[in-house]
Amino acid sequence: MAVSDHDVVLGLEVHAQLLTRSKIFCGCSTAFGAEPNAHVCPVCLGLPGVLPSLNRRVVEMAVRTGLALGCSVRPRSVWARKNYFYPDLPKGYQISQYELPICEGGGLDITVGGAEKRVRLTRIHMEEDAGKNVHGLAADGSSGVDLNRAGVPLLEIVSEPDLRSVDEAVEYLKELRRLLVWLGVNDGNLEEGSFRCDANVSVKPRGAEKLGQRCEIKNMNSFRFLRQAVDYEVRRQVEIVEAGGRVEQETRLFDPDRGETRAMRSKEDAHDYRYFPEPDLPPVRVEEAFVEEQRRALPELPQARERRYVRELSLPAADAALLTAERQVADYFEEVLARHGRTPEAAKRAANWMNGEVARLANESGLAPPSWKLRPEGLAELLGLVAAGTVGGPGAKQALEEAFRTGAAPAAVVQEKGLAQVSDQGAIEAAVDAVLARSPGEVERYRAGNKKLMGFFVGQVMKEMKGKGNPAVVNALLQKRLEG
Amino acid sequence: MSASILELDLRALSGALAAREVSSREATAAALERIRATDGQVGAFLRVTAEQARAAAAAADERAARGARLSPLDGVPLAVKDIFLTEGVETTAGSRILEGYLPPYDAAVVERLRAAGAVLLGKLNMDEFAMGSSNENSAYGPCRNPWDLARTPGGSSGGSAAALAARQAWGTLGTDTGGSIREPAAFCGVVGLKPTYGRVSRYGVIAFASSLDQPGPLARTVADTALLLQAVAGHDERDMTSSARPVDDYLAGLEGGARGLRIGVPREWLAGGLDAGVEVRVREALRRYERMGATLVEVSLPHSRYGIAAYYLIAPAEASSNLARYDGVRFGLRAPARGLREMYQQTRARGFGAEPKRRIMLGTYALSAGYYDAYYLRAQKVRTLVRRDFDEAFTRCDVVAGPVAPTVAFRLGEKVEDPLQMYLADVFTITANLAALPGLSVPCGLHPEQGLPVGLQLVGRPFDEATLLRAARALEREQGPLPPPPGVA
Repeated sequence: MAVSDHDVVLGLEVHAQLLTRSKIFCGCSTAFGAEPNAHVCPVCLGLPGVLPSLNRRVVEMAVRTGLALGCSVRPRSVWARKNYFYPDLPKGYQISQYELPICEGGGLDITVGGAEKRVRLTRIHMEEDAGKNVHGLAADGSSGVDLNRAGVPLLEIVSEPDLRSVDEAVEYLKELRRLLVWLGVNDGNLEEGSFRCDANVSVKPRGAEKLGQRCEIKNMNSFRFLRQAVDYEVRRQVEIVEAGGRVEQETRLFDPDRGETRAMRSKEDAHDYRYFPEPDLPPVRVEEAFVEEQRRALPELPQARERRYVRELSLPAADAALLTAERQVADYFEEVLARHGRTPEAAKRAANWMNGEVARLANESGLAPPSWKLRPEGLAELLGLVAAGTVGGPGAKQALEEAFRTGAAPAAVVQEKGLAQVSDQGAIEAAVDAVLARSPGEVERYRAGNKKLMGFFVGQVMKEMKGKGNPAVVNALLQKRLEG
Repeated sequence: MSASILELDLRALSGALAAREVSSREATAAALERIRATDGQVGAFLRVTAEQARAAAAAADERAARGARLSPLDGVPLAVKDIFLTEGVETTAGSRILEGYLPPYDAAVVERLRAAGAVLLGKLNMDEFAMGSSNENSAYGPCRNPWDLARTPGGSSGGSAAALAARQAWGTLGTDTGGSIREPAAFCGVVGLKPTYGRVSRYGVIAFASSLDQPGPLARTVADTALLLQAVAGHDERDMTSSARPVDDYLAGLEGGARGLRIGVPREWLAGGLDAGVEVRVREALRRYERMGATLVEVSLPHSRYGIAAYYLIAPAEASSNLARYDGVRFGLRAPARGLREMYQQTRARGFGAEPKRRIMLGTYALSAGYYDAYYLRAQKVRTLVRRDFDEAFTRCDVVAGPVAPTVAFRLGEKVEDPLQMYLADVFTITANLAALPGLSVPCGLHPEQGLPVGLQLVGRPFDEATLLRAARALEREQGPLPPPPGVA
């Protein structure tokens, strides 16, 4: 037997930092990257006598996320203390939710290899992040603790073990990330750890009913590492089973340098977190009216938008996926459509330019759509010129670059730089005649059957016209002269 | 003059300050002198902040001169239990683990006292982390009862009660988790009020058992207690368990008397296990109420017998979690150690006394996987039943009355070897904490043989402190003041 003789069963636990300005239980900033312990106060330092005071924005974001994932929202959810000792955990307990989380159920659709499947969610709960232990900073070799992150709000989103391959896991994670960023609740940054994932991995002989013993894998801060870690872990577990052994339930840490997972703690060492309801915080009450308000405020979600682009605009799936990878891009595209039109032809043209030249320029500039100097109306104007044949491909690209850089109106750029293409029959005829006249050899070979030379003639005519000839008209005239 | 100042109660002093018959500086000097003269014997104070007190008094006098007194407490020397954080002033909760700890902020109630213009004399002795009923669990030495220095003042707010009995301050604040205000108040012959859970902010109060802890006032008279409660009660957005209900005017109806009051007497509370002399005084107080026109109603609190058991699961469970932050990482004691685990172990082994350790172990056990349902969860259910008993009783009466403690103040050392006996000192007070209800202790005479104060406990409906205070005031007026405590000259 081999890996291919086994079913892989995966469930993911995602920790997503919420994009609130202040922490979950105090007024400290959540900004990343400050000097160690710059964003702390008695509350998030866990000093004697402090009490948590709930940031209502956290509940709002949790509800919004739950609704977007089709969860049911509990009218009453309860905070709990998760008790364990660690230097980065100031109070010696983490305020989390345990028995009664804010959201339950729901799911997320993913498409892998053309097949769509629904990954069910177990629950979503709110909790506070811990700080970070910092090693290797002090000269004496001692370690430090940075509590800037302590108290940053987190959503923990737990899936059912519905994933059957690492591809599905990666797709689920990407889809979830797209949704959270789309909703404006998370920045999707895996490297900085604002979007983190743990994986529960088990294997079982193909088709077997009974699930194998699972291991929890931690510390995978990129999609690539998730893939490596799960691949490694599946191989490891299969090898154990094949050799007649038993997989031990344990928590394992992914080591990105070696591409392998390592035992962190066994079941025997597992913490008994001694959960109990947090006496310092009343249960979270969520009124039905509040839920409805949040539901109404939900934007069109990325999957719905993506499907609509395929269905209504007849865009290829790949185009639709690219356009909806980020909400700001998708919303920009919407505004372009509003001005340029929604026919399949117009949409395809808009999509091509968005995913092509505009994406390239945006990448180079590193700017997000709201900061682009080229506004949707400008791009629509340019697309209009292209559609009308006023400007050809090369001219349009040039105009776009200029407009993207300076914010100038594309029509004005075309005018000023003389980028409009020449469709005038007479001017093109003259150029065609000149080219054919000085290339008798090529004309002869073309007529003898070397049709590839058409490219040569087009190139020469365009050169003659300084690139402004309307390619369609040039082609048509050349055809006529050479074939006729 | 200074001796007579000390004999004034808080309200009388406040009146004298307002009339500028005495200055806050004089009152403060008198109190500081009294502390100097007596506290070597009593041990009520862990720390005296004389300089700050004098400065605050001077400021208060300056306001009084301008006719700009901030409140009836302006210029009145008070003191608070060492469980309340005071900015820049060492706060230890009676524990070695916080020795030298200088808080960066004031507790909400300390803020309120300062805003009212009160003069803070210092920090009062207590059982370590408020765990105890005799003040003998203080890491800084016991406090003694001014009625008899061989006896305990009760606990955990022992210093808060003893300082009043010793005439060292005009009012104090304590905290009450299972009786820690009411029992010492009874033992020292002063008035103590544990407000409804949520009436007073817990922000800046070092936590023992969060769902039970409640700060409250102690004073020599009921009116003084009402004045202090008025100053510290009210919503605080930093404590999400504090109530947004408006605060009543506690002085307005204070002299309303007991006529028409229905006083519930729980049959379980006078059913035995009670010192005979204590029972005599409690029954006498009940008869006084009848004579004043109140009606006695027999009520039943059948689940109160499970109170101690439930309390000693819930309180240690919460304490085990609340005390986790004393780990040597960020503040307080850090024992030298080679590694992290050893640092935790050594710091906590050296920093905590026997009682916190005992409760951390109890609580950790009660919350452990597999035991949670049987212990913590079950105890919470008892809590609901205890509250229901009271709800039922309050359909037939306005306040519930009974003893505060089964005995008068016991001798130092008498119960230290037997924690269970010590725990039983709270048998009558614990139910009010479990049910989140207000409870008050008011003196009801001296023990017939032992000559030590006995307290009557009154428990009221949620947020009905006003009725408790009115009822207590009626008794106080009827029976007259206790003689001065003989233990300190």
